[in-house]
Amino acid sequence: MEAVSRILKGLRWVALYAAVGVFVVLAVFPFYWMLLTSFKQNRDLYVGATNLSHVPWIFNAPPTLSHVRLLFQGTPYVTWLYNTLVVGAAVVVITLVVALPAGYSLARLVGHWGERLGIGIFLTYLVPSTLLFIPFSRLVSALGLQNSLWALVLVYPTFTIPFTTWLLMGFFRSIPRDLEEQAMIDGYSRLAGIVRVVMPLSVAGVLTAVIFAFTLVMQEFVYALTFVSSVDRMTVSLGVPVALVRGDVYYWGSLMAAALFASVPIAVLYSLFMDRFIAGLTAGAVKG
Amino acid sequence: MSATRQSVQVASGVAGLASRWRYLPDRAELLGWIMLTPALLYVVILVGLPFVLAITLSFSTATAGSLSFSFVGLRNFSAVLHDPTFQRALKNTLLFTGVSQLLVIVLASIQARLLTIPFPGRRIVRFLLLLPWAAPVALSSMAWTWIYDSTFSVINWTLRFFGVLGPGQWLYWLGTPDLAMAAIIIVHVWRMMPFATVVLMAGLSSIPQDVQEAAIIDGASYWRRVLQIELPLLLPVVAVAVLFGVVFTSTDLSVVWLLTRGGPYNSTHVLASLAFQRGILGANLGEGAAIALFLFPVLLLAAVVMLRVARRSEVGA
Repeated sequence: MEAVSRILKGLRWVALYAAVGVFVVLAVFPFYWMLLTSFKQNRDLYVGATNLSHVPWIFNAPPTLSHVRLLFQGTPYVTWLYNTLVVGAAVVVITLVVALPAGYSLARLVGHWGERLGIGIFLTYLVPSTLLFIPFSRLVSALGLQNSLWALVLVYPTFTIPFTTWLLMGFFRSIPRDLEEQAMIDGYSRLAGIVRVVMPLSVAGVLTAVIFAFTLVMQEFVYALTFVSSVDRMTVSLGVPVALVRGDVYYWGSLMAAALFASVPIAVLYSLFMDRFIAGLTAGAVKG
Repeated sequence: MSATRQSVQVASGVAGLASRWRYLPDRAELLGWIMLTPALLYVVILVGLPFVLAITLSFSTATAGSLSFSFVGLRNFSAVLHDPTFQRALKNTLLFTGVSQLLVIVLASIQARLLTIPFPGRRIVRFLLLLPWAAPVALSSMAWTWIYDSTFSVINWTLRFFGVLGPGQWLYWLGTPDLAMAAIIIVHVWRMMPFATVVLMAGLSSIPQDVQEAAIIDGASYWRRVLQIELPLLLPVVAVAVLFGVVFTSTDLSVVWLLTRGGPYNSTHVLASLAFQRGILGANLGEGAAIALFLFPVLLLAAVVMLRVARRSEVGA
């Protein structure tokens, strides 16, 4: 009897790990394929089309760095990374300058308006880029910003500000009100109370907002595709799929290396903060 | 002596505090509006006005070349409505969104449930499962393009290796209309599932443990607990997950654009990619805007659901 129940229990673990394993393989496979392609020699990459006994999932010939070398020396990849950093930094600064005061204000100052305005601002996060890129293209050309990184700096906060404001509003709400009131009783002005008492307690929240804004800039594709056409002004998300393909020739090794080096660090960074994003996002739905 | 001075100090302190508190609400509200203004301005000027401009453009003959345009009423809308490519794109948008979100919610519920069981290695598994959502879609879609390659598709190689595809049989993933659509749906599901899983996990963990335990003590069966306790409590969270999934999937053009550019023969266009092709590449802003505006009902629905969920949780709090 005991042996049977032990076997049943063991089988349950096997089933659990099997199910989890299938999901993990599906989730991770494209990344594994990027990794493998980035370092495979060309003959190892393409021989499978003619040689049917070729095993595609492993290195059949020793790995090579030639694709990576081509990527960094023969393509504008480094320029794209640099452009992405510049746009990302500018957008993060604008977002914080606007969203920090707004988030605090919604959490503390504007009373019963806070909730409604907060939801109102958050709803604009749902207005998709695909509805706005046409009017923006008009705005951008009226301002003379076509094919300029400034167009992206202007437009990206339209999606970073709403979410970040919502996120920071939740953070400020979670800090006990008494702390600021105590500071004001001790003679601080409200602004001094915010700077000296609230800000040190919201470092985690502000950091989350920064990561969020930056990773979103890194991931954005539609506006970049609409506004930027010169290869040397592209961000990494645009340059890799659009400009690494020369005519009909795909340098798959370099292409996958480019995708790997840009996407995995961002994916790791974003995943580490995912819980906070989800908590911020669903705050309205689960707080009851 | 000292006691009296102390009490006098306390009294004046209290009086000063009281007068300060009396004015504080007014000043706080003023300060609040000042701090809120930049955000409101940004949102109104760069989301609100462009939105109105999109509607205006959809009634006009605007082109990307010049800034002047004339109004043509509903002509753009009637033109696109009679256009077979648009009809296909509208159908595709509904199909992509419907099928992929159904798959996402079913698979994500299984995933979320698996991940609530404590097992060794759960943290790393959770982290790995999140990667598809967090990676930039333009870059991961390139990996998929390579996976679906017409000559070097690893899926085909694998199927052949296991004998599913015989010699001479070959699937042209992105070159055949039905397969291309399936390919796009697979990428959407792959990408959206982690997000839904985490939202559902947040929901599952918010169900109070004592409610579950009480139900077990009362002898409620597993399915009864799932249907009568978990589901109703999870509903607002599921609504949020589905809502975001629908909004992100139906309005996304990046996967379609990167995988097929709407081809073969315009068979995989969605509204967003068609709007991009006509409006930006074809420079016909009016028609592009008209096509994009067909996404508006989705947004309206999203807004209504969001407000409902928010209001309900306010009542509950």
